[in-house]
Amino acid sequence: MRFSALEILKQGLTGNKGWTQHWRDPAPKSNYDVIIIGGGGHGLATAYYLAKNHGITNVAVLEKGYIGSGNVGRNTTIVRANYGLPGNSEFYSHSLKLWESLEQDLNYNVMHSQRGIINLFHSDGQRDAFVRRGNAMRNQGDDAELLSRDDLRKMVPYLNFDNARFPVRGGLMQRRGGTARHDAVVWGLARGADQRGVDIIQNCEVTGIDIENGVVKGVQTTRGPITAKKVGIVVAGRSSQVAAMAGMRLPIESHILQAFVTEGIKPAIDHVISFGMGHFYISQSDKGGLVFGGDLDFYASYAQRGNLPMAEHVMEAGMALMPAIGKAKVLRSWGGIMDMTPDGSPIIDKTHINGLYLDAGWCYGGFKAVPGSGYSFAHLMATDTHHEPAAKFRLDRFKTGRSLMDEEGTGSQHNLH
Amino acid sequence: MRLTCPICGERDRREFYYQGAATILDRPDPEAGIETWDDYLHNRDNPAGETRDLWYHDAGCSSWIVVTRNTVTHEVLGSELAKDVKGRKS
Ligand SMILES: Cc1cc2nc3c(=O)[nH]c(=O)nc-3n(C[C@H](O)[C@H](O)[C@H](O)COP(=O)(O)OP(=O)(O)OC[C@H]3O[C@@H](n4cnc5c(N)ncnc54)[C@H](O)[C@@H]3O)c2cc1C
Ligand SMILES: [Zn+2]
Repeated sequence: MRFSALEILKQGLTGNKGWTQHWRDPAPKSNYDVIIIGGGGHGLATAYYLAKNHGITNVAVLEKGYIGSGNVGRNTTIVRANYGLPGNSEFYSHSLKLWESLEQDLNYNVMHSQRGIINLFHSDGQRDAFVRRGNAMRNQGDDAELLSRDDLRKMVPYLNFDNARFPVRGGLMQRRGGTARHDAVVWGLARGADQRGVDIIQNCEVTGIDIENGVVKGVQTTRGPITAKKVGIVVAGRSSQVAAMAGMRLPIESHILQAFVTEGIKPAIDHVISFGMGHFYISQSDKGGLVFGGDLDFYASYAQRGNLPMAEHVMEAGMALMPAIGKAKVLRSWGGIMDMTPDGSPIIDKTHINGLYLDAGWCYGGFKAVPGSGYSFAHLMATDTHHEPAAKFRLDRFKTGRSLMDEEGTGSQHNLH
Repeated sequence: MRLTCPICGERDRREFYYQGAATILDRPDPEAGIETWDDYLHNRDNPAGETRDLWYHDAGCSSWIVVTRNTVTHEVLGSELAKDVKGRKS
């Protein structure tokens, strides 16, 4: 079924009885051309672009739980292209362009809202760094604007401009940045892939990867063995476990990142805003909840829930920046498992096993990457050549030390990002 | 999460700095070669379950400690001074 205003009207007038399932619930076949392990944003996008761009439709996405049960359904949904380093810069630029046509492309409302992201600065040094970043973004062909304190006073008057310790001095704005509805992205991609023939198989955990003489043959799952010519590992926080099934040890450590949401309130925060001191970012969902988060808890964890110290830090930072939100009650908090790499940048690459590919290491920033990663990973799996915008996301960069992408400039070490 | 320092006892997680997997104590020979060094510096077992990691009691006695804990439940199972662990290994 194609979604349209006319369809909504027709269904509305006929009791909404004609809506059909968005994707099928097929039983796994015994063989596919391509198996994608992991039904998160990246896995579904990969399947979608394999079918759409490369005509490879004999594809299964194997998801151990339900699609969207991982990080893609747990994140704060910030979509932006304001990275500064070669490698990241062109990749996120490409991904943002895909976001801009994603809804038309999928015929699905993913509620992509380019409300603008404002990264605040609080010192001269920070301003200089943001000017440089803004120039890098513009050189990449994306938009960036430096906002003065007066500009900000007009746009976001509720900030605590005169905080004694962290006065707001200005901000770097990307108007094309914003948010999207996480679940809708999952559903839209699943529907798009399914319509092109991809089997999306939920409650199907991969428990082993079959390899013979250095060539991948298929996978073992909780729903039986399945053979395939090519297998892609796209399991975010679980990358180490799944790669270990193929005898690999990855440069990844899994950490928790928490997020928080308040009760719904009237529209108050029109942009995505990030504090330049401490770690705090916030936006308001269409339901009215304030959605915000901060830094990792900073220790290896698979718990999908965090600890109090980071919750406290995030609340403190929020109160320092916009005291007004202190009136809102926090309804829920949760955590997701982040696949942290030493330099904080991702991996889209082949492995040493023929036919086995890896898309991982998205750290805390992979929601914005969903279409770009799927597009580039599908290209790699289909053609065995690296897609230009993602060509620097190599697995061996840690070994060679070349082309590390340490966006924060803190060093290429697991506990520093 | 509360961690137990062998010297100071049970303390809030905030008093500690997290370094990472305790394998960092098994430093290879300087001439061990690029593969060994890459593996040591970057690659991790990253277990879902019991793990051993290295923490620094920053706001306490300034000891480096090896904590055994469960990454799925956050249960803390024990701790030792890093210098004892390291001594035992070499
Ligand atoms: C709190 C939080 C806030 C975040 N905020 C942002 C943000 O504002 N902007 C941004 O760009 N990014 C953000 N991120 C990061 C982003 O969510 C992730 O980088 C991205 O979603 C990871 O890719 P994915 O969607 O494919 O992962 P997931 O959704 O985690 O998908 C992986 C899937 O693999 C499945 N799987 C695992 N093992 C197996 C197996 N053995 N067999 C079968 N299936 C398996 C899992 O069940 C899961 O569904 C945030 C993350 C969190 C947790
Ligand atoms: Zn101590």
